[in-house]
Amino acid sequence: MTGDAGLTTVLLAMFAGAIRVSTPFLFVSLGEMLTEKSGRINLGLEGTLVFGAMSGYAVSYHTGSPWFGVLVAGVCGSVFGALHGFLCKLPKVNDIAIGIALMLFGTGLAFFFGKAYIQPSAPRLPSLSFGAWSDHPGVRQALEINPLFLLGIALAVFLWWSLKNTRYGLIIRTTGDSAPAALALGIDVNQVRLLSTMAGGFFAGIGGSFLSLYYPGSWTEGLSSGQGLMAVALVIFARWNPIYCFWAALLFGAAGALGPALQSIGISRGYHFFNAAPYILTLFIMIVSTSRRRSLKGAPGELSITK
Amino acid sequence: MSVAEAMTPRAIDVETIGMTKTFGGLTALDDVSLRVRPGSFHALLGENGAGKSTLVKCMMGFYQPTRGQVLVNEMEVSIPTPRAAHALGIGMVYQHFTLVPSLTAAENLVIARAECPKVIDWGRERKELNAFLETTPFKVPLDMPVSSLSAGEKQKLEILKQLYLDQRLLILDEPTSVLTPDEADEVLGLLRGMTEARDLSILMITHKFREVTAYADDVTVLRRGRVVGGGRVADLSVGDMSRMMIGETEIRESASRTEQKGRTLKLELAGLFADDDEELPAIEAISLKVHAGEILGIAGVSGNGQSELIEVLSGQRPLQDGRIFIDAKPYDPERQMMDRFKVFGFSEEPLHNVAVPRMSVAENMAFRSFDKAPISPVWGWLSPLPMRNRARELIAAYRVKTPSTDEPIENLSGGNVQRAILARELSGDVDVLIVANPCFGLDFASVAEIRAQIMDQRNQGAAVLLVSEDLDEILDLADTVAVMSEGRVSYQSPMENTDRATIGHAMAGHH
Repeated sequence: MTGDAGLTTVLLAMFAGAIRVSTPFLFVSLGEMLTEKSGRINLGLEGTLVFGAMSGYAVSYHTGSPWFGVLVAGVCGSVFGALHGFLCKLPKVNDIAIGIALMLFGTGLAFFFGKAYIQPSAPRLPSLSFGAWSDHPGVRQALEINPLFLLGIALAVFLWWSLKNTRYGLIIRTTGDSAPAALALGIDVNQVRLLSTMAGGFFAGIGGSFLSLYYPGSWTEGLSSGQGLMAVALVIFARWNPIYCFWAALLFGAAGALGPALQSIGISRGYHFFNAAPYILTLFIMIVSTSRRRSLKGAPGELSITK
Repeated sequence: MSVAEAMTPRAIDVETIGMTKTFGGLTALDDVSLRVRPGSFHALLGENGAGKSTLVKCMMGFYQPTRGQVLVNEMEVSIPTPRAAHALGIGMVYQHFTLVPSLTAAENLVIARAECPKVIDWGRERKELNAFLETTPFKVPLDMPVSSLSAGEKQKLEILKQLYLDQRLLILDEPTSVLTPDEADEVLGLLRGMTEARDLSILMITHKFREVTAYADDVTVLRRGRVVGGGRVADLSVGDMSRMMIGETEIRESASRTEQKGRTLKLELAGLFADDDEELPAIEAISLKVHAGEILGIAGVSGNGQSELIEVLSGQRPLQDGRIFIDAKPYDPERQMMDRFKVFGFSEEPLHNVAVPRMSVAENMAFRSFDKAPISPVWGWLSPLPMRNRARELIAAYRVKTPSTDEPIENLSGGNVQRAILARELSGDVDVLIVANPCFGLDFASVAEIRAQIMDQRNQGAAVLLVSEDLDEILDLADTVAVMSEGRVSYQSPMENTDRATIGHAMAGHH
């Protein structure tokens, strides 16, 4: 009996956790997906995520509006994206190296400006309750869903649709798959990549604000713990498909929720091991999805890792 | 575009007058005038570096000519950008495909349109595309990603794209270089039909005389940036055109084939299987025998497993199954075995494939011998002086033009890089020679030189395996011909029992 109840609790906690933890993964991976579709890799999204978390929290603290914080986090993200896009169009500049530099720059800058916001408490994002029909407190708690999660789903569907059915979608795919073809069509390749990287940065900034304004819900320096980098692995796992990005984000979210869920029913042995589940999953996915000889199927042809 | 509109004869008349283009001190194009009459098929002949692509790039707005004008329908026009060329109805089909591999044919056509709608209504687009396809002789599946189309279908789609954009002068840059002879004839035949209906004018860059005589009305020959001849194709012989193209350059006579006594089996490939980069089978059950003093020519359109076969033989790709034998002894392509069995080889684009671009000419020439005396007298130590001396001898013997032995090899011209590699590979005793597209992209003089060297090696008793996408090269050199199609040897015959047409059909495989 207690075993059954325990299992239910763990599953409910994992479900709720998957939704909570997956939201930043979803936004960052959609941003990375869009950037990679245009033919560049932005490893700097980890820095963008952390800076988004800091700036969103700071703005929410000063203005009292968490939604304004989310917006500012997104704008900060697109500024980082613009910096990446601008630096990468200079001759002989490698997008991966710039990404790593921007990752360190973003986290460093966030820590520098964020010192003052570790103590104070800023207004958080509200959540929507979908659990009123149930009298089970666990279910109710699990169905407290943040609007950003729903926005993320809508964004995934929108990106999936527009990559197929709009002019801009086709232009981004063309640029990412064959720069010579894009040039022959009169497309400004650098411009497309700059805008895609800026949009990607915007999404990643929003993902960051979710971390500080909803879950875990405060600004600390250890907030992200590499989620921006894991999103890169997630995009590969999702084969550059926005819908798969959503499912992959849920999977990563569930893995991230495993440790806290087990702790909630009193299993604290191996807590740190279970907390490492997302990292182990990343490593595992990288091993099974790569091959010594095969290039990645479905990867945009212009990416420097597939060339 | 309505059907009736597409049917009206609207080929345009394009003329260049006194086109000159200089890059710094180099004159790439010198006073070139040519006219493509409306509804004509005009061939532009010339060697690599003769200025053909500079001319068409000026016409397409990629370059601005230093002097000279372009007239369209007898009106002077300015073409500052490719977009301006498109607006005038001038479109180009490039040697390398400009289609986007992961997009479908339909997506590629729609994205190419200048006024591509913001949101695409696929139902309507599809209807219009089908209506458009009705008006052209080319048929291509619309819903497959371009990466899964055959080379012939891609080339047709490139041409379709230009027609879809309503371009009425097509500039074709060596359009048949990736096609089988049958595919080439089909595409050029259809284009010829469209010019005869006065739907289209065509300017085709080529170096294949056969295509000029079979399909073109007029020809212009360029050499070193100048027009050296031209006129009606009907009034010119192949000999005339090739003399115009080559000029006074002395061409080495092809070494004659000497009779070989006895046939000793040298190289045997027994049931070779290997995978490509996607882990799909690239070559299957390749079994071939090459005798001493024999050239086995492997013909085929690129991408049918030839490059994988060469990589297997040179140790760059693992074998899944099968064995290689030399003198009936098992052979693995490793450095020591290559040395013991005297296996050598070279390939197209040597700078990328068999040289280290930033190392010096002397170092590149020592790749086969740097670990042996005299270059390496004591274990592990290199001694630069013998390396330079050896390089100096080879440079003289093979007439490699280089400022010094210490020049990075990437600074040499294509022909000289290939000669340097030839010197490295052919200066010793050669028992087995593995060659892939050795003359790709080289000028006439270098081509003749390299072919003569291959023939010399054969006459001295080497077993030569020659993979070439240039059917003329195979016909010229090989004693025995084999054809690769879809990773298998689909045809094999002694050269005296076969002809171009039979080999061409075999290249097309089971289509």
